Amino acid sequence: MTTYTRPIDFKRGRVDMSHGSGGRAMAQLIDELFVRHFANDLLAEQGDGACFALPTGAGRMVMATDSHVVSPLFFPGGDIGALAVHGTVNDVAMMGARPLYLSASFILEEGYPLADLLRIVKSMAQAAREVGVAIVTGDTKVVEAGKGDGVFITTTGIGLVPQGVALNAGRIAVGDRILVSGMLGDHGVAIMSHRENLTFETTIQSDTAALHGLVATMLDAVPDLHVLRDPTRGGLATVLNEFAKASGHGMLIHEKAIPVRSEVAAACELLGLDPLYVANEGKLVAFCAGQDAETLLDVMRAHPLGRDAAIIGEVIADEHAFVQMRTAFGGRRMVDWLNGEQLPRIC
Amino acid sequence: MKYIDEFRDGELARGLANAIAEVADPARDYRLMEFCGGHTHAISRYGLLDLLPANVRMIHGPGCPVCVLPIGRIDSAIALATEHDVILCTYADTMRVPASEGLSLLKAKAQGADIRMVYSADDALRIAQDNPQREVVFFAIGFETTTPPTAAIVLQAARLELAKFSVFCNHVLTPAAMVHIMESERDPAAVKIDGFVGPAHVSTVIGSAPYEAFVARYGRPVVIAGFEPLDVIQSILMLVQQINAGRAEVENEFTRAVTREGNRKAQAICAQVFEMRDSFDWRGLGEVPHSALKIRAEYARFDAELRYGIAYRQVPDHKACECAAILRGHKRPADCKVFGTVCTPDHPIGACMVSSEGACAAHYTYGRFRETR
Repeated sequence: MTTYTRPIDFKRGRVDMSHGSGGRAMAQLIDELFVRHFANDLLAEQGDGACFALPTGAGRMVMATDSHVVSPLFFPGGDIGALAVHGTVNDVAMMGARPLYLSASFILEEGYPLADLLRIVKSMAQAAREVGVAIVTGDTKVVEAGKGDGVFITTTGIGLVPQGVALNAGRIAVGDRILVSGMLGDHGVAIMSHRENLTFETTIQSDTAALHGLVATMLDAVPDLHVLRDPTRGGLATVLNEFAKASGHGMLIHEKAIPVRSEVAAACELLGLDPLYVANEGKLVAFCAGQDAETLLDVMRAHPLGRDAAIIGEVIADEHAFVQMRTAFGGRRMVDWLNGEQLPRIC
Repeated sequence: MKYIDEFRDGELARGLANAIAEVADPARDYRLMEFCGGHTHAISRYGLLDLLPANVRMIHGPGCPVCVLPIGRIDSAIALATEHDVILCTYADTMRVPASEGLSLLKAKAQGADIRMVYSADDALRIAQDNPQREVVFFAIGFETTTPPTAAIVLQAARLELAKFSVFCNHVLTPAAMVHIMESERDPAAVKIDGFVGPAHVSTVIGSAPYEAFVARYGRPVVIAGFEPLDVIQSILMLVQQINAGRAEVENEFTRAVTREGNRKAQAICAQVFEMRDSFDWRGLGEVPHSALKIRAEYARFDAELRYGIAYRQVPDHKACECAAILRGHKRPADCKVFGTVCTPDHPIGACMVSSEGACAAHYTYGRFRETR
């Protein structure tokens, strides 16, 4: 006798504790939500993990993980679902790798509307399809109301590094050029504009995007690329300071060369923030030898995600490994590590 | 950005820098104090010092509202949140200022105190309206710029008859601090100041007239300047010209926002709500007579000091900290032994290392590469 199972009510239903209990309700949620939308054979097997073979002679692999706790969950230009795919795909891509598979671990808060969860999962599935990676394994936990913030998603990705590619900060040398792939600060400002105590009207959209395609083009043109990183939390300034510290060299950037949308600059001005420290989710910072810089810039600008790419500075000898900026005004100043959260100034 | 980029233009800056180099007498030094933290921040952030001749020296003044707030006042604010169980609303800059016993508002918040960062005084009033069952206190700090918004919410609270809302008033006055700086020139450690870059936003409220008596009494020029880097460099040129000509006048570079009379409406509501304190303890400057405001008896029900019986207790600064001498312009940040070693923006010992407008924080964040040359 086949028993009838009432389908999950994705219109009016809400997450409850049973969705994380390991029982029938959880199995049903996995079937009707995750397996259905992430739709791939490895996930459909529903093993404790996903088991797959690597291409022969695959060489080195990259593994990266990223937890996503963004608030609000839906923001102009994206949502936590797309972000959870892009974030980890980008971490894999920054190592020069082609992303293959993702895992996704959900922590859901009791009472969260299933309709919103469905939107997030669909968005995640679409982002994964666009990237060409499969979400092949996962986990679901439910925490009591008040102990989460709706939905947290942790994704882990693996990817393959092509032969001959070796991206690491140790390769940064004096004379290297520093490039960024486009306008900085869009994501951070888009998010901030929708925080509840800070609503202001803006048309700025998050730049959330997967950068593996851009990276592949860049590596094709300049296989000797030294290092890449995506300037997420802490923005460009943080990436430069991390690299300065890791390489032991100084950096000199030129304010005039740094691409920032005027709307973002204006919002930052209003809030007392510095766009150099604001988060991006679809941008990268690249270091390459001086003679490769123009070639790299050209291929970046020819790619849709690198249209506004720019050479913003160079690596200099400096025993203190300071990051300095030539200001548009004509002076020099340091671009230091971020100190705590960026706080608004009061007058 | 329209109306902003025009005031950060590199070409114009070079022109003004050349003009300063041309008129500055190489045989003498020009020691100019920028009173406001906003100017200190602009000078550091735009690398303005690189454009000035070596004999034109900028001395940071005490005009950083967070820096001049003494430890005892922060202690009282923390006590409000921890002992009186109020919702304490504060500007974000104040959160990290070191208080007694290794505490700060930020640490008190982490320990469970209900302390909320607000962007404006108005937000504090809204929190009070949204939480009618809770006692809500606005920790009001700042110079004349932030005073009118505080006055406005006291008036609004009176209109709304909010029974559980009050203000812990710590508003201080600029002209009194400038007078104090001049009076402390008798101190052998003092640096003689040749002229002042006068406050920007403060002057939009109080106008340029209040500096006239100061200039007449002390014979040092004051040029009111906006917070954009071109404003600052233009005002430096104006000061050098006045000094060369032996003039001491109030000049207004910031005419797009400052008038002689200032903002009459703002002045009126401040006068309605506040009255002068006999004296106020400033960090760095000590007790300064007639330098701060308190809430008038008429609005006493909104005065947190009366409502919670706050008794001010003076707490000495950390022994190694030179904030006091730095705030008076007697020392530079790098003269302090703990600057950049144990005192950094991540672990500030003194208040000047906290706010981005503090002399030490601005120098550490933007300018410390200069020390290693």
